[in-house]
Amino acid sequence: MNNPNAWFQFALFVGALLLITKPLGLYLVRVLDAQGRTFLDRLVKPIERLTYRVCGIDPSKEQSWLGYTVALLVFSLVSLLFTYFILRYQDHLPLNPQGFPGLSPALAFNTAASFTTNTNWQSYSGESTMSYFSQMVALTIHNFMSAACGIAIAAALVRGIARHYAKTIGNFWVDTVRVTYYLLAPLCLVFALFLVSQGIIQNFQPYTTAHTLEGATQTIAQGPVASQVAIKMLGTNGGGFFNANAAHPFENPTPLSNFIQMLSIFAIPSALTWWLGRTLKNQRHGWAVWSAMAVMFVVGVLVCWKAEVSGNPIHQHLGVADGNMEGKEVRFGVFNSALFATITTDASCGAVNAMHDSFTPLGGLVPLFNIETGEVIFGGVGAGLYGMLIFVILAVFIAGLMVGRTPEYAGKKIEAYDIKLVMLVLMVLAATILGLTAWASVAKWGTDGLNNAGPHGFSEMLYAFSSAVGNNGSAFAGLTANPSNGDPHWNATLGIAMLIGRFLMIVPILALAGNFAGKRLVPASAGTFRTKGFTFVLLLIGTVVLVGALTFLPGLAMGPIVEHFLMGASTLF
Amino acid sequence: MKTFLSELRTALLLTAVFAVLLCGVYPLAVWAGGQALFPARANGSLLTDADGTVRGSALLGQSFTSDKYFNSRASAAGSGYDATSSSGTNFGPTSQKLADAIKANVAAYRTSNHLAPDAPVPADAVTASASGLDPHISLANAHLQAPRVAQTRHLPLATVTALITTYTDDRDLHIFGEPGVNALLLNRALDQIRL
Repeated sequence: MNNPNAWFQFALFVGALLLITKPLGLYLVRVLDAQGRTFLDRLVKPIERLTYRVCGIDPSKEQSWLGYTVALLVFSLVSLLFTYFILRYQDHLPLNPQGFPGLSPALAFNTAASFTTNTNWQSYSGESTMSYFSQMVALTIHNFMSAACGIAIAAALVRGIARHYAKTIGNFWVDTVRVTYYLLAPLCLVFALFLVSQGIIQNFQPYTTAHTLEGATQTIAQGPVASQVAIKMLGTNGGGFFNANAAHPFENPTPLSNFIQMLSIFAIPSALTWWLGRTLKNQRHGWAVWSAMAVMFVVGVLVCWKAEVSGNPIHQHLGVADGNMEGKEVRFGVFNSALFATITTDASCGAVNAMHDSFTPLGGLVPLFNIETGEVIFGGVGAGLYGMLIFVILAVFIAGLMVGRTPEYAGKKIEAYDIKLVMLVLMVLAATILGLTAWASVAKWGTDGLNNAGPHGFSEMLYAFSSAVGNNGSAFAGLTANPSNGDPHWNATLGIAMLIGRFLMIVPILALAGNFAGKRLVPASAGTFRTKGFTFVLLLIGTVVLVGALTFLPGLAMGPIVEHFLMGASTLF
Repeated sequence: MKTFLSELRTALLLTAVFAVLLCGVYPLAVWAGGQALFPARANGSLLTDADGTVRGSALLGQSFTSDKYFNSRASAAGSGYDATSSSGTNFGPTSQKLADAIKANVAAYRTSNHLAPDAPVPADAVTASASGLDPHISLANAHLQAPRVAQTRHLPLATVTALITTYTDDRDLHIFGEPGVNALLLNRALDQIRL
């Protein structure tokens, strides 16, 4: 860590993030208001209006929480089936120069669930499985849609908290369309062209055959990569065009493309905290939430970086000079790999520029624990904010218990029904992760998928289900979820875990939004716990870390923690 | 039920509209822009000989094991630097297989570069990259290999080290990432030296 340049890059990253938070937040205020005006109106407004007309959407009509939920679920189901059938029958569809066959039912289900839920777990290897059409249509549509849905849900929740005596929380269709047209698509267009300037490919050619200097042949995979990578990062999706994801030189060719990609993961989640403050008319609350996220982010990076730069004593004993470079690219080095790993798991992105499976035990523990906190450290687009608001409500509730007053948040009394919904979210997710990991650990199909033995093998399974339920999508990628013998267990359980993680979280959250919207305002009094300032930040961090640690510490102890000590004792498996 | 059906209709239509705009217009716009502004990069930064033979991509590593070339990193992409199956080894820190591989790589590296039996070896030289297609090797790694390459090719060491400097990719804007030597471009330049 005595690399001043790395510290400088770290400071630049945090500085740049801080700098874009308010401007992008201000823009979000306009996008998330159905009547909001933006500088893109002249260009985009006609398309927006046409879309409403074609689809039969009445933009002036708001929905109740139940109506909002039904619309979201129907839209997700339709698009899930859309993707499933394209993948199954891609051999009958155009843009398949390599002649890849259709996917098996289990793999098509897993992939469709994965992209619908913004997880983008990849049981397949892109460059040897997916036609250009599948990548560009079946997968890219979800990169936009699942991101837009996430932001819409966060918007609905915050509206519910901000309103009083209200029956509606917004219009799902309007939110989704506006976020896509005014925010995601224009940003991606610019971003994708920048990525091409860095060397990311964008073409429809068949794979190129090269004759290498040593006289072998190398087949070079091609495709429309840049357009997909832009939304994959900005929408915190993370599904790579290639198997190696953002480590592949065609997906992340330069350190500059790497820096901008990392920034684009956090951009919208960070701006949403500013938007939260603005909407609740409590800007310092928005910054308090931002600060809690930033503190946990910085600590995560430092722990991961320290572990990786210290390297693996077993390998150092064999004569290796530096930190841990297994599964890392030279152009990124140790620091940018650790930074990327922390960011991608703080958020629900899941793109990787280094192989987390080959990180040192503690270096790999950071991404795993980040996911298990519920990805609320900036988090996914929208998902990070609504996840964090669950913890905010819990933190305020705990503070209320400590001083013996009815807890309030944003001028609303928090009541038993609200806390039941909060606990439902937290417990369903934890139970799914731990239950499925336990099943896989004792089942033949579970251990058959492993690439590593000993505690690291257990970590691979725990990481897989944490990633699926958390809708992250990164992996300890040695795990084979799509085995050549066709055993569907991993594909199926992971697919179900992703659906549980997305929809059993969203429905209670929208119910919470509806319940908050209908409450009356209570004026703040001297006894009201203030949701800003140092005390609140500390309490919020404490709540996130404690809930995560209490739930997952036993699992982590059996995986990365015991492996850390075994590595120190030079035990090999 | 009536609302459900109307929502279903909206969902179907919006999926279709999104498919046209986001999966048709958007990638084609990026394609058109990319091909117009950065055609070489949009098509894979391919390296082509005068006779039109494609020799590889400036961004993708190739397998180099011969003494006259700067050797590339270990690769888990297919049987090595297979650009249709990018992958890392995904071996964990306590993996016996990984420790065995690194032990063998360290020994081979010391032998081929005439290093002392206990000389420390740069980490990138004996580990596999994340993509299996890493085009770079570290500066330390390149300079340790330079004497061997110069000797095999009967070139002055200074010529070889000068080429290393030429094909070193510095940090972007002198700030981002880590410096590395593009092994493919360096080896290609070595092949093109006319004595």
